[in-house]
Amino acid sequence: MSAVQIDTATVGPPKAPGSGESTAAAARRRLSRPWASLFAVVLAVLWTIPTFGLLVTSFRPAADINKSGWWTSFFDPNYTLENYETVLSADSAQSLAPSIVNSIVITIPAVVLPMFLATLAAYAFAWMSFRGRNVLFIAVFALQVVPIQVTLIPLLSLYVDIGVSGTFWAVWLSHTMFGLPLAVFLLHNFMQEIPGELIEAARVDGAGHVTIFFRLMLPMLKPAIAALGIYQFLWVWNDLLVALTFAGSSRDLAPMTVALLNLTGTRGSQWFLLSAGAFVSIIIPAVVFLSLQRYFVRGLLAGSVKG
Amino acid sequence: MEVADKLVTMVVALVVFAAVIGLILLVVHLLERRGVRRVAWWFIGPTMLLITVGLVYPALRTLWRSFYDAAGTSFVGLGNYTDIFTSGDQLVVLRNTVLWVLVTPFVATAVGLVYAILVDGARGEAAAKALIFLPMAISFVGASIIWRFMYEYRFYDPDVENNPNQIGLINQVIVWLGGSPQNFLLNSPWNNFFLIVVMIWIQAGFAMTILSAAIKAIPTEIVEAARLDGVSTFEMFRFVTVPSIRPTLIVVLTTIAIGCLKVFDIVRTMTAGQFGTSVVANEFYTQSFSAGNQGLGAALAVLLFVLVVPIIVYNVRQLRKADHR
Repeated sequence: MSAVQIDTATVGPPKAPGSGESTAAAARRRLSRPWASLFAVVLAVLWTIPTFGLLVTSFRPAADINKSGWWTSFFDPNYTLENYETVLSADSAQSLAPSIVNSIVITIPAVVLPMFLATLAAYAFAWMSFRGRNVLFIAVFALQVVPIQVTLIPLLSLYVDIGVSGTFWAVWLSHTMFGLPLAVFLLHNFMQEIPGELIEAARVDGAGHVTIFFRLMLPMLKPAIAALGIYQFLWVWNDLLVALTFAGSSRDLAPMTVALLNLTGTRGSQWFLLSAGAFVSIIIPAVVFLSLQRYFVRGLLAGSVKG
Repeated sequence: MEVADKLVTMVVALVVFAAVIGLILLVVHLLERRGVRRVAWWFIGPTMLLITVGLVYPALRTLWRSFYDAAGTSFVGLGNYTDIFTSGDQLVVLRNTVLWVLVTPFVATAVGLVYAILVDGARGEAAAKALIFLPMAISFVGASIIWRFMYEYRFYDPDVENNPNQIGLINQVIVWLGGSPQNFLLNSPWNNFFLIVVMIWIQAGFAMTILSAAIKAIPTEIVEAARLDGVSTFEMFRFVTVPSIRPTLIVVLTTIAIGCLKVFDIVRTMTAGQFGTSVVANEFYTQSFSAGNQGLGAALAVLLFVLVVPIIVYNVRQLRKADHR
């Protein structure tokens, strides 16, 4: 499929140290190891501190946050769940709860729709012969390069015309449209790797395309669909531009990203809300991401062309 | 709207979708029985329709729109494009975009590559990687908030006794080292680099993951042979590792570069493009939705497209070459 396709096994656990290396090389390696390890540790710490700092902050009382740095709380511990209560409670005016619900309501259809449509289309492109197949497939592939900015304003007026502007439908439709080219392209590539004899055999047995699609393709493509599904999930959950354009800032529609952006406009005085809110918005994708990392890495390796 | 209403809307959407798909599959099933060919169109139909409505038609409209003035009433030819390349504000936007695209991919890839090599085969490799990788799961908005907190600045006057405590870590470190705190996001052009740091922080994990996989895929025989020849660590890196993963390096660099061209969330959340930090993708939004200059907005969107295309073409070509090898 592409030059960077790598077996998932190699992405997993570390391999055993080489046994056949020369003693000199081994010695040299051992010498450089401490420095290498130190450097790696420094990098890891640098990469983790920003997140860690905000996490600590999210458990500090609002008054403390504005008075002293989060690192001082280790010497003078004073932690609370109040920030999270404010952010999650259903009735407080500062609550981010509505936007959490919005994020979920936006994300589920915006992942299910494009994934299913793309699987259908990819199946036809991979295993059915029809006129114009190659031209259309190249067109779909090429459309990946269209930045969504190019489409926003005309789409917005289109939505106004058909009366779905300012509803979840506009956001779902947009994410579906934007997600399709990459999904079709990648699923098509995965599908082509399935041996043709399998499909031939099924057709000889009298199975139609619908049967083949459900009984053969969907089960075999599970890993690929999972990988792309996670990709689309992260994409939609973390999206700001589409949500801002089509859902705006209303509490009825705006997802977490938009709600958090609105909070930053207040000149950083509300760090207790921002820090807790940021972590609520992070936790769901982080859990999905870490538990399905293996699939996701595979999807990344196959789909590195998307931007 | 109540939570229940929203959830009902969502379920309705899913049911409508399932019904449409069910109908299509039923039609395909019936057609097939009667031996009608070209059922393929029923499979690709919904996708082609959505792509045409959602991507092709709007893109053409925007292209057309970019030749009109702010109100979209009179034809100005290439006027908007001339504006982008001559007006002072827009030139700053272009400069910033170039800065993002030149700096971010190389730094993020370098960090990712070095880290991948350092932890390769080390104990606790998986955990070490997860630490660098984690920012990728955080939204750009979340990451920007995390970094705004790092950069947080409290008024400071070196001549006064009781300055407020700094609550941003970076400024506190500066104070500890005896310097005076800076308002990082305010001073152009340096603030651009502080925004770029956020992108590097996110993308290094992406680079590390992919490059690490590529490094592990280098055949052991090549590495062993080089070892037997007694090459140094640096020579191994320069003459074995880098050439072996060259195609992957190109993919990583170009992917990050494309991400940088389209970067919107970070600039929006950190500075909203003020203080000379706007980039093309953000300026598009500002011009289209706040400044009311849809012509210029459209031209910026088209420019974004024009900038992305060569990077992708190069990328695809390199992949083709590697495939043929």
